[in-house]
Amino acid sequence: MTLLTKKTDVIQQLQKEVLSLQGYKRTSGSERLNTGLGPLEMSFPGKVFPVGAVHELISATVEDAAATNGFIAGILGSLMRQKGACLWIGSKRTIFPPALKIFGIDPERIIFVDLYRQKDVLWAIEEALKCASLSAVIGELSELTFTESRRLQLAVEQSRVTGFIHRYNPRNKNTVACITRWEIKPLASIMEEGMPGVGFPRWHVQLLKVRNGKPGSWQLEWSAGGFRHITRTIISIPEIETRKAG
Amino acid sequence: MPKRFVAIWFRHLTTDWMIRRRPELQDVPFVMAAPERGRMMVKAVSIAAQAKGIYRGMVVADCRAIFPGLQVFDDKPGSAEKLLNALAEWCLRYTPVVAVDLPDGLILDVSGCAHLWGGERPYLKDILAKIRGYGYDVRAAIADTIGAAWANARFGQVTPVIESGRQADALLSLPPAALRLEPGMLERLDKLGLHQVSSFTNMPRKALRRRFGQGLLTRLDQALGQEAEVIKPIRPATPYQERLPSLEPIRTATGIEIALRQLLETLCKRLAKEEKGLRTCVFKCFRVDGNIQQVEIGTSKASRNVAHLFKLFDIKIPTIMPALGIELFLLEAPIVEDISPTQDALWDTTGCSSDTVIAELLDRFAGKIGLHTIHRYLPDEHYWPERSYKAATSLEEKAATKWQTDFPRPLHLLPKPEAIEVTVPIPDYPPMLFHYKGKLHNVKKADGPERIEQEWWLQKGLQRDYYSVEDESGSRYWLFREGHYASGDPKWFIHGFFA
Repeated sequence: MTLLTKKTDVIQQLQKEVLSLQGYKRTSGSERLNTGLGPLEMSFPGKVFPVGAVHELISATVEDAAATNGFIAGILGSLMRQKGACLWIGSKRTIFPPALKIFGIDPERIIFVDLYRQKDVLWAIEEALKCASLSAVIGELSELTFTESRRLQLAVEQSRVTGFIHRYNPRNKNTVACITRWEIKPLASIMEEGMPGVGFPRWHVQLLKVRNGKPGSWQLEWSAGGFRHITRTIISIPEIETRKAG
Repeated sequence: MPKRFVAIWFRHLTTDWMIRRRPELQDVPFVMAAPERGRMMVKAVSIAAQAKGIYRGMVVADCRAIFPGLQVFDDKPGSAEKLLNALAEWCLRYTPVVAVDLPDGLILDVSGCAHLWGGERPYLKDILAKIRGYGYDVRAAIADTIGAAWANARFGQVTPVIESGRQADALLSLPPAALRLEPGMLERLDKLGLHQVSSFTNMPRKALRRRFGQGLLTRLDQALGQEAEVIKPIRPATPYQERLPSLEPIRTATGIEIALRQLLETLCKRLAKEEKGLRTCVFKCFRVDGNIQQVEIGTSKASRNVAHLFKLFDIKIPTIMPALGIELFLLEAPIVEDISPTQDALWDTTGCSSDTVIAELLDRFAGKIGLHTIHRYLPDEHYWPERSYKAATSLEEKAATKWQTDFPRPLHLLPKPEAIEVTVPIPDYPPMLFHYKGKLHNVKKADGPERIEQEWWLQKGLQRDYYSVEDESGSRYWLFREGHYASGDPKWFIHGFFA
């Protein structure tokens, strides 16, 4: 029995070491971010939403892109509650600033940087991620190579800024060094029986990859200024996938 | 600090310029002439022609009688002024205050400049050597007053440098013409046998005024430094300016960087002392061949952080073309703003406050790609969606009104509404289905209409009736109908996507 506990201790210890080697710093209690994602957070290493890391979000259609940005905005609201400004960098901006207000963001605290060339966008994202005074950086960029993503990861390891790379309609979904990969799709909203109109935004959130965590899929709704879970269904993942992610 | 002036006299300005343009004229006697009262008058004489006994103000026909092989060129009016302006521009490398002294001279205010060249004598020597190198026949002098420098440049025999306070001694032996007097007055002085300044300086002022008028006394006082004289500089002097002459022409990027850093350090030290920060900064490089290369930066917030400003310039240094070398660097801050001491206390002057760091990051973006790429938005009191927000002018600007949240607004808004085809059951109902980009969407849920009227004082057109709709896949759209059914066939548009 003692041997068994020792074994799990050793494994936990090793896991911690591996995490720190991979550039993932465990957030301390005070830094712990309350995203309101609830059960979804159980999938992350340490059961807390990883800040100071780069997240990758993929969307295929314009409708998905809007839903993805909505999901980012929801997390951004809680990120920006703590400090500072946020940079939104992209080449084709579609965000309508007044609409950000319902996600708990002051739109005037977001600085939009509109660049034309993908090269400039990438440069700007990297420079912004190095700036520790920002609370978050959102980059809209379709193509990202592994090397480029590694540069971004190295930048956030120093500055502890949270980055979101929103890849709209990428040519191929190549492996990148981001901590997570998400796919968000809109879901039909539900109204009370017999009530007309459109309900709260609802999304089918898929966490396709998470380093040292457990991927899954959830249905979320944005209502009353926070995320709300509808039903929790974790898609069973083949054993081999989990191991690869770990 | 005592004022010091340099007067430069171009003895053959236009003819030297002609020779510079056409070197074959070097030893050919020629004159520049212009018509005056129906005959050709000589306006400028080349050195070679002067040796033949031709001088300014003669009639060309007379000159041809003296020397039949004389070449005559047209003298364009205003050419001397244009030439002097260009030369004055070139002289900016020696001092920020340069004025044109028509018809054939330049006046430089060199107070506090000469020490950079190791004293007044080397300074003057450097100016003369450079201008003579271009082929101009010049004389120059330096003195406490414009009048004394002017006189000494044209008539002085002893030394071009009149020491501070000694202008009276230097002037005494010069002819009255050295005082920049009118020709009529000179004639009268000459008639009275007053051939030197010394012969009338000791006369009672009352008598001089009665005989010659106030003009003579003013000129005398100006030359002696008893009356101030102002010059009109070709460029208004920038109060925040630092200059750095180099011993040898600089051609490498490293050299430029060293010079820039040094200049920034001195400028920022001065700004720190005066509690100011710069908003724009121009770095000028004066090349050996007379060309001026310059790069400019701007900051989104007044700054005096050397490292940051250097970084902004660093992106642009590769655009400077040193060619044969740069002999003088100049750093100007045309726009400076106060950084109040309270801000210093609250934030950190070293530039570690979060706002400063972000401002510096944005400056780098602006420096590399352009200021037009950075936007921040504030609410504006309009219902029309495109006008419901406005761009903020600065990082500090606060929202004057609240953001409107009482009606649903899409997270994505198309820059321009796109036309769609719809099927509507009855007028004023949301559409049953719509075609967008070749895809059919079945509307399952809908909200609306929300009517937004045109602001007639800003724009003419039809009102919009907005519907938010959801299709069978759960995607949410913002559609609108333009105009009434009564007024004909209204058009439908898609304007945005809800999250």
